[in-house]
Amino acid sequence: MPEQLAYTIEVFLNGLMAGVLYALVALGFVLIYKASGIFNYAQGVMALFAAMTLVGIQNGQVPFAHLINAIFGTDVHKFGWTVHSFLAILLTVIVMIALAWAVQKFVFKHLVGQEPIILFMATIGLAYFLEGVADLMWGSELKALNVCAADGVCLPQGLNLWIDETTFNAFGYGFFIDNLDIVASIVAAILVIGLVMFAQYTKQGRAMRAVADDHQAALSVGVSLNFIWVLVWSLAGFVALVAGIMWGAKSGVQFSLSLIALKALPVLMLGGFTSIPGAIVGGLIIGVGEKLFEFLIGAPYLGGATENWFAYMLALLFLVFRPQGLFGEKIIERV
Amino acid sequence: MTYKLGTLAVAGLMAASPVMADLVFPSLSYRTGPYAAGGIPFADGYADYFTMLNERDGGIGGVKTSVPECETAYNTEKGVECYESLKDSGGLVYQPLSTGITYQLIPKTTADDIPMHTMGYGRTSAANGAVFTHTFNYPANYWNGASGAINYLLAENGGDLNGKKISLVYHNSAYGKEPIRTLQELSKKHGFEFTEVPVDHPGQEQKSQWLQIRRDKPDYVIMYGWGVMNQVAVQEAANIRFPMENFIGIWWSGSENDVLAAGAAADGYKALTFHGVGSDFPVFDDIQTYVVDKGLAAGAGDQIGTVLYNRGLYAAMLAAEAAKTAQEIHGTADITPAMMRDGMEGLKITEEKMTELGLPNFGPTFDVSCSNHGGTGLVGVTQWDATAKEWKLISDFAPTDMDVIGPLIEEDSAAYAAENNIEPSCG
Repeated sequence: MPEQLAYTIEVFLNGLMAGVLYALVALGFVLIYKASGIFNYAQGVMALFAAMTLVGIQNGQVPFAHLINAIFGTDVHKFGWTVHSFLAILLTVIVMIALAWAVQKFVFKHLVGQEPIILFMATIGLAYFLEGVADLMWGSELKALNVCAADGVCLPQGLNLWIDETTFNAFGYGFFIDNLDIVASIVAAILVIGLVMFAQYTKQGRAMRAVADDHQAALSVGVSLNFIWVLVWSLAGFVALVAGIMWGAKSGVQFSLSLIALKALPVLMLGGFTSIPGAIVGGLIIGVGEKLFEFLIGAPYLGGATENWFAYMLALLFLVFRPQGLFGEKIIERV
Repeated sequence: MTYKLGTLAVAGLMAASPVMADLVFPSLSYRTGPYAAGGIPFADGYADYFTMLNERDGGIGGVKTSVPECETAYNTEKGVECYESLKDSGGLVYQPLSTGITYQLIPKTTADDIPMHTMGYGRTSAANGAVFTHTFNYPANYWNGASGAINYLLAENGGDLNGKKISLVYHNSAYGKEPIRTLQELSKKHGFEFTEVPVDHPGQEQKSQWLQIRRDKPDYVIMYGWGVMNQVAVQEAANIRFPMENFIGIWWSGSENDVLAAGAAADGYKALTFHGVGSDFPVFDDIQTYVVDKGLAAGAGDQIGTVLYNRGLYAAMLAAEAAKTAQEIHGTADITPAMMRDGMEGLKITEEKMTELGLPNFGPTFDVSCSNHGGTGLVGVTQWDATAKEWKLISDFAPTDMDVIGPLIEEDSAAYAAENNIEPSCG
């Protein structure tokens, strides 16, 4: 196989993998927007909050330790135990459900019927509030994230040797695929299938779809809006936790983790704000598009670092022809 | 009656004596936001050193110090607001801790006659004090860093880099682009092939860049990164199995934050430095006794001895020594920012002084002068030991190639002088 073709295939495959990671972030946005029409600016911070909570619980960190020490003059930082990853994930999910309940109870319950821009601004406030709470609760320092099933059986990272050897034997060039990306792809597939099945085959899922279609009609048949919105924010919190784990495993858990939301915006523009498969397909197109552009044009002719702006340009290009995104619902408002 | 007369006499003396205000060293810190993990230890080190001086020595020259903090969140607009809001506090020297804030403050501090210290960052050509009268960037700058890396590689390769491939992975910003010109010049001089690999902010996704490095197979990679870009780059380098001992970061890519996330895979990664690492220096005993044990530490105390804490402490030590120099020059303990500028310009850091301060061999020795605000530009190399979880200094603080850097500083500062109608002067 010609060298350049092998490189292109490798870049294409890595673009797909990167796209899955973008889609993981975009999924959380879609869930909330689809059910409540709210564009959740805080989704990136939710990923940060979830990842920080997971690491804090795993390491037996005392939440709000700095605050407690400052008020009471104590010197407590750790409980002195560590928590198994699976239990820590479970406890983090409970925290995210509690957060969803609090968000609904104290913020959005009071904003029912408000303009979308007001709801959007409320999520901006929520993002800053949550970032501050995360700081107070777990501290600002960088934390290494290790999710392990047992001793030594942790999230894998680095070159997949089997793919490297197989492609080398077949094409004379070993492709680089990151093990973490493979795991992320499998997790994303399970997540999407799970979410679709939940929406299609469970009572709560059908109620969620009913609310998404028409709030008033859903209310009239006895669906509790409050419950559905707590459910949706909980699901978005769970998706945020998964995204936080995957991204946090690469870079450690730190405050810049919230910036992963920037990677989800072009995916949403392209895939549509209301489609779960759209988030996945959008992520893949953006991932492949930006990586191939960088490889074929950006790096050799434009000095490189084209991915950020190219992702948005690609999304805008799609918008010209399909404003609702690839899978978004076409909204026709009659006057 | 005697008591009343005595009281009156004391009151008269107090009224006649000048009131000694604190010596103010403002701290433009960033304890929040995406870069907080790097900002906190620096701010802690800076504050703790001055606390130690107050508790141990009663301040500097008998005058207490104070360190008012203003949160910039590493944001240029907020940094400028912080400067403006603290300006009236009588701040003696500002450390902006951001190249973006530095560029905004160069004209402001000059107009306000307040000195600014941009240690290892900012505008490199500010080393020319004849043009940048109020900006100091001793003991080393970005170009010293680039040359230091190449000198180290020259030493590793028996003085010959001819035919070697060296890639620069850099933050695609004014900061990250700083070493390019120097490395291009050094590439011509030493015959190595130089390629540039930019990474867009914030640098959370670098797959393309590291696939490119995997294809290009450079012998060495130099990195000018910051924040999350560093952690991801170290992890991606480990992923493609790039030899860590051939990967060298600038000092802003060489803290514990940058390597801990990658775990054992980061073992052997190197970084440049202009100060010592670890807490095995006598000054840390005093920090423990006079600051930590008294419950006066700026942070939780868990950052002491980390790379960025040490950098903050070192910056505070240099500021305190410049203040002492200013007090000696002007014969008063109650110095002004203008006097502080003179102190910075007259600063001499000798090994005797460093030993006296409890920091033997902690940093390079250097003199500052009107024409040279950048010091001698000596640079050392550190290496990460993932097992011990500590950085180790593996070289001396060695000279950098001033034959290449000097003309670049002259050229850039001359362009700035022409743009701003400045007549370079060291009268």
